[in-house]
Amino acid sequence: MIELPPFVIFYGAAIMVALLPHRLGQVILLATPLAGGLVLLGMTADAALQWNIMNLVLEPLRVDRLSLLFGYLFHIAAFLGVVFSLHLRDRLQSSASLLYAGSALGAVFAGDLLTLFFFWEILALTSAFLIFARKTERARRAGIRYLFIQVVSGGLLLAGTLMLYRESGSLAFNHIGLGTFASGLIFLAFGIKCAFPLLHNWLTDAYPEATVTGTVFLSAFTTKVAVYALARGFAGTEALVYIGAVMTCFPIFYAVIENDLRRVLAYSMINQIGFMVVGVGLGTALAVNGAIAHAFNEVIFKGLLMMSMGAVLYRTGKMNGSDLGGLYKSMPITTTLCIVGAASISAFPLFSGFVSKSMVMVAVLDEGHPVVWLALLFASAGVFHHAGIKIPFFAFFAHDSGIRTPEPPLNMLIAMSIAAILCVFIGSYPWLLYSLLPFEVNYVPFDRSHVLAQFQLLVFSAAAFAWLKISGIYPPELHATNIDVEWFYRRLAPRAVQRVGRLVSSTGDAAARALRGGNKALMRSVFRHYGPEGTLARTWPTGSMVLWVAVLLAASLVLYYL
Amino acid sequence: MILSQLPALQVTLPLIAAPLCLLVRSGRAAWGIALFASAASFAVAVLLLSRVLDQGTLSYEFGGWAAPWGIEYRVDIVNVFVLFVVTAITTVVLFFANDSVRKEVDASRQSLFYTVWLLCLTGLVGLVMTGDAFNLFVFLEISSLSSYVLIAFGKDRRALTASYQYLVMGTIGATFVLIGVGLLYMMTGTLNMADLADRLPAVMATRTVRAALAFLVVGISLKLALFPLHLWLPNAYAFAPSAVTAFLAATATKVAFYVLLRFLFTVFGVTFAFEAMPLGIILAVLGAAAILSTSAVAIFQDDIKRMLAYSSVAQIGYMVLGLSMASVAGLTASILHLFNHALMKGGLFLALGCMAYRLGSVRLGALAGAGYRMPWTMGAFLVGGLSLIGIPLTAGFLSKWYLVQAALGQGWWPVLVVVIVGSLLAVVYVWRVVEMAYLRRPNDSDASAVREAPLSLLLPTWFLIGANLYFGIHTRLSVGIAGKAAAVLMGQSQ
Repeated sequence: MIELPPFVIFYGAAIMVALLPHRLGQVILLATPLAGGLVLLGMTADAALQWNIMNLVLEPLRVDRLSLLFGYLFHIAAFLGVVFSLHLRDRLQSSASLLYAGSALGAVFAGDLLTLFFFWEILALTSAFLIFARKTERARRAGIRYLFIQVVSGGLLLAGTLMLYRESGSLAFNHIGLGTFASGLIFLAFGIKCAFPLLHNWLTDAYPEATVTGTVFLSAFTTKVAVYALARGFAGTEALVYIGAVMTCFPIFYAVIENDLRRVLAYSMINQIGFMVVGVGLGTALAVNGAIAHAFNEVIFKGLLMMSMGAVLYRTGKMNGSDLGGLYKSMPITTTLCIVGAASISAFPLFSGFVSKSMVMVAVLDEGHPVVWLALLFASAGVFHHAGIKIPFFAFFAHDSGIRTPEPPLNMLIAMSIAAILCVFIGSYPWLLYSLLPFEVNYVPFDRSHVLAQFQLLVFSAAAFAWLKISGIYPPELHATNIDVEWFYRRLAPRAVQRVGRLVSSTGDAAARALRGGNKALMRSVFRHYGPEGTLARTWPTGSMVLWVAVLLAASLVLYYL
Repeated sequence: MILSQLPALQVTLPLIAAPLCLLVRSGRAAWGIALFASAASFAVAVLLLSRVLDQGTLSYEFGGWAAPWGIEYRVDIVNVFVLFVVTAITTVVLFFANDSVRKEVDASRQSLFYTVWLLCLTGLVGLVMTGDAFNLFVFLEISSLSSYVLIAFGKDRRALTASYQYLVMGTIGATFVLIGVGLLYMMTGTLNMADLADRLPAVMATRTVRAALAFLVVGISLKLALFPLHLWLPNAYAFAPSAVTAFLAATATKVAFYVLLRFLFTVFGVTFAFEAMPLGIILAVLGAAAILSTSAVAIFQDDIKRMLAYSSVAQIGYMVLGLSMASVAGLTASILHLFNHALMKGGLFLALGCMAYRLGSVRLGALAGAGYRMPWTMGAFLVGGLSLIGIPLTAGFLSKWYLVQAALGQGWWPVLVVVIVGSLLAVVYVWRVVEMAYLRRPNDSDASAVREAPLSLLLPTWFLIGANLYFGIHTRLSVGIAGKAAAVLMGQSQ
């Protein structure tokens, strides 16, 4: 019985990768997820490690069926990511990737909220390096925004933890449930990382700006840790059902008009997480099983899609749908693998998405949420549309862009092939996955109604795409930046007001100007007070300092005499 | 018995060593003497600490004159802990000073430098040890005057104006303390603190005593650099030699905080200071304002030393916030942060000293790419920064944890917000340095000659940084003693 927390292996390896020569580093990179996986296979669902420090009882390792499954998943994802990025000669990125994967493992095996918080923050920090590693000004800015939001999420988690500890005297991370202010803060912290609607923009903003290999890692861990945390702490919270339903639907519109294909995938990730959130919110055995199984599958097929787009970006340097097309002629293997991923995300029967998504859908109907069910149905059609068809179509088919590139390096092809094989294997033989789920599974995926319903959905969705495309209604792929809620903080409201204002009337325009002016004035005022030469920062004349002393003394005297 | 003379030794060791430094005239020898003296006083402090833990409060009568007429040194768990911090820090920083000072101070003036250093140490140690209010003023002046000189040793000519401003402000502060002590003497006829505490309750209701409280609190707050009386501090820290900044940042404000604790809790008593007078709320507001305002200022600083100086003012805010709760839990958090902040700021300023040694500047722009050329130095800065932010497993986390628990315990919710926002602001200013050091390329080609700082600088730096990690995990010493000290201050017996 080895009770070694999995993150230890990854952290140790990350340090070695940072210090050792490149070749040796590659071996360690490959060996880490394998060694970690072996250790994990040796663990049973009751292993735990307690640590009495800081006058607190911390639990850096707590294994049960839920965390164990995520543990397996993250090892697989780390392995895929490592193989995909084996060609890299960037120590910072390689070691940040290992630290990132290790922190995700640390978070899912954390038995108490404080340990969870610790890994929550390290997760944020290390993942930001995968964005910075792109080394463009755009990526740097996106990375800063990303990091800031993630750190705020950590701050909320800590605040909630502190208050919860005060209330209950325990740090253990078990079911929390909404109800108190403290649990609300924790819920919000999880919600930010889980990309709840209106809190989601860090994801679509930053993921497409990361490096080719960085995005593959990013898409696997951060949000899945949040899904895990929700499943552990807030299973059965009804609000989640509705939040999840919104998450499945709204990204579709953005995904359809988006040009950057990796951003399309980022939107579709929110959509997929929506299914999981709905499942967690229902809280029944079938629903939670479905949510977890879907998280498992999503990491693999989204990883596959991200890898195939990464391969395209790596070879062509382009990621906009309008610049690509016709690549199937020179990248046939990548095209095929991408289509496997697309089929999986669209939940084609015999591909992995099908065996897990339908569990959530059935559970929704069982629990009597027909409206939510319809929303999910719409979302399923939408997924096929923007991820299943749009991604392969614009990248590899559509109009021929004339780009001719070789297939990506061998390691990329191997990583994609492994992912594709997993997609098909889980899709055709789901029982292995089912046996690992936290609750017992009585669900039969391949019965007539499920398969038929899904086929109808897919066929009609495909027909809709074809008709829209032929009749020219389909939104063309343009070089445009689409507005999303991140503009509230990226352009700090005035820009949005300005746009609405222009539509409404010229008075609106004036309002926008006023608001923009107000905003500038606010920044100016912050700078005036806090900037390097600001009131609070500059060197004061001695006389003014003494004045403050006098003021404080006078005030104290007055207050004491009162 | 030599052991019974320990309290006297503690002060006289550095005091006698100081003129010796002046006599030898060689910088190196002076350094040796200074190091020996402070190591010896550290040893004395450790002995005192173990004796106090064994036997409780020690009292020492100078020259055999019994208190309240003679000068009494009273060593209890509160001040022996501060002594331990001060003497430990000065010893570690002196290890660092050898090479750093040789680079930053003229050879001809180095022996003078160490003389003043030891005088400053004498003043600080005396401030902590003494049980006599007037004697306290004398030591306050010794430590202040010598720290003005230490700051003026800075290479930058602006060090002179910074030191001058500090002199003016410090003198006003010391005068206020003297006025306060004078008023108390007027009302009670005694200067011994324990005796004052006995006699004050009878005359509490008088305006004179209230005025004394006001003068003392404002005077000490000046030395403490409590917002908004901190304005002298950023320049003083920024332009002083690296070693001096580390020394003063980790000890001088801590000692001033101790003096505030001593007056409020031992001399005036909790009932008077916090129940009859609205001191709790005043200090809480100023502490919170310090955390938020000066952290925000720190974000915009280009000079890292100045940035950390502002951050120090914010950290003082945390200590004052804990004090203002006037509860055992709050005081525990304060005293714990006193200790932890000495470790983190000491470590961080030493790391800055390493950068200054190799790069010649600690402006943000000079650090571009330093993370690859000076990995150990920047690593130290990073860990110290994490402790400053309050990441679990570092000492800084513990202080914030205890502070928030104390605040929530008495229903002070806003403190939680202040602490979290303060930490987020700290993330931003630490991040600016990390980004510059690790994610930017060096500006010029000749900078590639920059090497890692020498071992003589790195070892003391990492010693303090390592202490941050050690005390982030092992709490028996730090939290244990802080808790006991808080109980003593609140008048609960050990």
